[in-house]
Amino acid sequence: MNEPIIHVENLCKKFDDFTAVNQISFDVSRGEIFGFLGANGAGKTTAMRMLCGLSFPTSGMGTVAGFNIRTEGEKIKSHIGYMSQRFSLYDDLTVFENMKLYAGIYGLSRQQTLQSIDEKLEQLQFASEKNTLVGALPLGWKQKVAFSVATLHRPEIVFLDEPTGGVDPITRRQFWELIYNAAANGTTIFVTTHYMDEAEYCSRVSIMVDGKIEALDSPKKLKEQFSVQSMDEVFRTLARRAKRTE
Amino acid sequence: MNGFASFVKKETLHIFRDFRTMMIVLLIPIVLMVLFGFAISTEVNNVDVAVVAPNRGDEVSKAVSRLQHNPYFTFKGFINADEIDHTLRSGNAMAVAVFDNDFNKKSALAKDAKAKPTVQIVLDAADVNTASSSAIYLQSVLTENAMSKQTLFNTHLLYNPQLKSAYNFVPGIMGLIFILICAMMTSVSIVREKESGTMEVLLVSPVKPIHIIFAKMIPYFLMSSFNLLTILLLAKYLLDIPMIGGISGIVIISLLYLILSLSFGLLISTLADKQFTALLISAVVMMVPIMMFSGMLFPIENLPLVLRPVSAIVPARWYIDAVRKMMIEGLPLMAVANDFLILLGMTVVLLGVSLKKFNDKLE
Amino acid sequence: MGTLRVLLEKEITQIRRNPILPRIFVAMPIALMLVIPWITTMDVNDVKVAIVDNDCSSVSQRITSHVKGSTYFSFRGNATDYQSAQSALESGEIDVIILIPNGFERNLSSQQPKPIDLTANAVNATKGSLGMQYVMQTTIKAIGEIQQEKGLNPTSSDVIAIKYFYNETLNYQHYMIPALMIIVLLLICCFIPALNIVSEKESGTIEQINVTPVSRLSFTLAKLIPFWIIGIIVLSIAMLLAWLVYGLTPTGSLGAIYLGAALFVVTMSGFGVAVANISDTMQQAIFVMFFFVMIFMLMSGLLTPLTSMPQWAQDVTYLFPPRYFVKIMRAVYLKGATIAEIKMEYICLACAAVVFNTLATLTYKKQS
Repeated sequence: MNEPIIHVENLCKKFDDFTAVNQISFDVSRGEIFGFLGANGAGKTTAMRMLCGLSFPTSGMGTVAGFNIRTEGEKIKSHIGYMSQRFSLYDDLTVFENMKLYAGIYGLSRQQTLQSIDEKLEQLQFASEKNTLVGALPLGWKQKVAFSVATLHRPEIVFLDEPTGGVDPITRRQFWELIYNAAANGTTIFVTTHYMDEAEYCSRVSIMVDGKIEALDSPKKLKEQFSVQSMDEVFRTLARRAKRTE
Repeated sequence: MNGFASFVKKETLHIFRDFRTMMIVLLIPIVLMVLFGFAISTEVNNVDVAVVAPNRGDEVSKAVSRLQHNPYFTFKGFINADEIDHTLRSGNAMAVAVFDNDFNKKSALAKDAKAKPTVQIVLDAADVNTASSSAIYLQSVLTENAMSKQTLFNTHLLYNPQLKSAYNFVPGIMGLIFILICAMMTSVSIVREKESGTMEVLLVSPVKPIHIIFAKMIPYFLMSSFNLLTILLLAKYLLDIPMIGGISGIVIISLLYLILSLSFGLLISTLADKQFTALLISAVVMMVPIMMFSGMLFPIENLPLVLRPVSAIVPARWYIDAVRKMMIEGLPLMAVANDFLILLGMTVVLLGVSLKKFNDKLE
Repeated sequence: MGTLRVLLEKEITQIRRNPILPRIFVAMPIALMLVIPWITTMDVNDVKVAIVDNDCSSVSQRITSHVKGSTYFSFRGNATDYQSAQSALESGEIDVIILIPNGFERNLSSQQPKPIDLTANAVNATKGSLGMQYVMQTTIKAIGEIQQEKGLNPTSSDVIAIKYFYNETLNYQHYMIPALMIIVLLLICCFIPALNIVSEKESGTIEQINVTPVSRLSFTLAKLIPFWIIGIIVLSIAMLLAWLVYGLTPTGSLGAIYLGAALFVVTMSGFGVAVANISDTMQQAIFVMFFFVMIFMLMSGLLTPLTSMPQWAQDVTYLFPPRYFVKIMRAVYLKGATIAEIKMEYICLACAAVVFNTLATLTYKKQS
């Protein structure tokens, strides 16, 4: 348990002459809720995509769940869950069909599939909408379903890319309860967000500016370091240094 | 009006940023035009002929040598009578000339009015056209004709003396390519904004919806005009199509046709709310009817009466007809006023209906 | 295997729920099979002919009556002078003018007969040249008849017998029907899988799949298999209609047709997927597909004979998989060829299937 579940050293990603991610290094330990913050265009999503095996790093190295992100992308994929900032379940399939599809993809047996779908629907109090087309759900609900899908196969770590964008405050709260629940069951959470109140819920937070990690610590220590009252002020202080515009 | 100009600029930028798509759209017509202009032909040519001749006397060798020297035919060698069916079925030859034993005595027998056939031509009629025209050509090649065609007839093939198929195909290809490409471009560009939700942002801006639509169409219109230019240059300098009637008439009617095609795409975009659907309609569903009903490949006059009204509503039909007349027969624009007015009417109706539908959806 | 099953289930559910796809699968073969065979005839059976008879002899009258009696022509009357006939030709009212010169009959038996003037509108090259050939044939026949009556040499065309195999009545519909089946398969198996995959790219759902351990092969197969099945069903509908409406049944074995069709459908859908994989947007995919489908339709011998293309173009067509299937379909459907007789076509098509499907799997990148 001492070994970090994510270990990243000098990770870089360049697109032509644009350096989206510039030499970042950090560790995430098991069971943490790791907040990955940054302004739009700071390189969060690019970094996350490299960790998930969706994109090859230009240089640097990293491991996720003990697997090399450059060479063992496919192995990583069976140990993680992922939820992107764009809602990406199938609109024309029902809640149940979407869940069944991903359970099947992760190789859950029929028994396990039905059981974990029931559990998830129970947890979401969503059993009545089991056969609703996902496209017909309100955004908040879609995101909760997407989270359930990402954690259906009990992954060691879940990557959440701005999971609560555009969602109302009540649903956001419920969403974070889901996250806490998952973390309590031992799942590591790697989450990006723009909401600084959400950053306060994280065990540790990193802040990216122009492709680099400018600060990394627990919210409490960060506030002390910058001698401010809230994460919001920490973020503003750092984001002001940004030269990149979106 | 300033808002309008900035919209046009935005749309143009969109197109230029997606460099790959832009190159695809600009290159496709050029490549298709060159390929089809040179390659496609409905003429009967290079027909493979095998010969059955149990007795290879003088007359047979003369006939075979005429066959070998005829540009329409390729002599594939002698076969046995029992191989005819297999040869045709496997496609090794399109026709078999079967000389019978008496062929060499032809001159002797010819005086007998009731002479039995001494040559039989067996054709693979699975390909009807090639079979029936090969039959005609083969007859005259295989037998020395007493009244040879050269002395009996003076022939004039007007407008297309070298019988180039390109002359017939170029207007057809233009008619097909323009309408499909334009429809695909406009329908997708509008539906895509609907899908991503950016359309709503545009619609709440103070610019009138109709201006948004026109702003979307203008860059595409310019792009298709560029396509038109390259196609006309290719037609004139590469495919040597005469265009003796002058180019201005062709350009005018083509520009009208481009507007019509863009409006058609606009109509599709009001019917579809997903790019998938828009493209299914504009490419998969429309392609074959336009190809078949426009007279591009199959002459309109061969249509059965009940189907003629269908071809009348296909804009490509009128455009192709007009361009053929102007490009190849060299008629002036005035001579195709009928086609022009029909296209104009269609444009007005298409544009009117789609704008109305577009506005209705907003309310 | 389990993964492939759930993915297939997903694809089939999505196709079934699509508001327009299932309708296209049923309506397209029916509409095309019912309508297109009636219009796709290049057979020139209605050449409009005007005769300018300056000879007014028994020979010229014989020629006129032969033209009137021929099924190829529709006789548009005797024109009084060449000028008026020519303007009728320009306006498209007539296709061919036959000008019989004064003194034609008198000079016919001489060493240098006065030639008949034939003028054809050759804008449509096929129609122009074929029409001209028909006119010559008919005229020669008419003259031959007269000479034979007078006891002179009969024309030698009389001693040639023509036999049409496989399609004795020269029914153009029978020639087109197998081609139409191919067109339907081409449209369905090229465009739709391509659109299907790119739409997943654009909506972002493919990313959710890419972050799972699904293998490239299972994902690609799950995209392809439904279209293989649909292709075969659509072909069956089309064959049934060919039999019910046009009375055309395959002369060769059904097995040979389905084997060819299976190879073709597999090849073309693999091609569609490969194009989709290298495209960023639906628009790109559809333009590239459109480009190839146009080429396949017009350069594979579907609508115009392969042999009429110049040699370089014929050589290029060996790269187009539809070329082989066109030959297989016509040979089996109309001529009753066996697989052994056209085995090269089957082998080439099978190779194409392997190549395109390998491409389809390889071009699908889960990690960029």
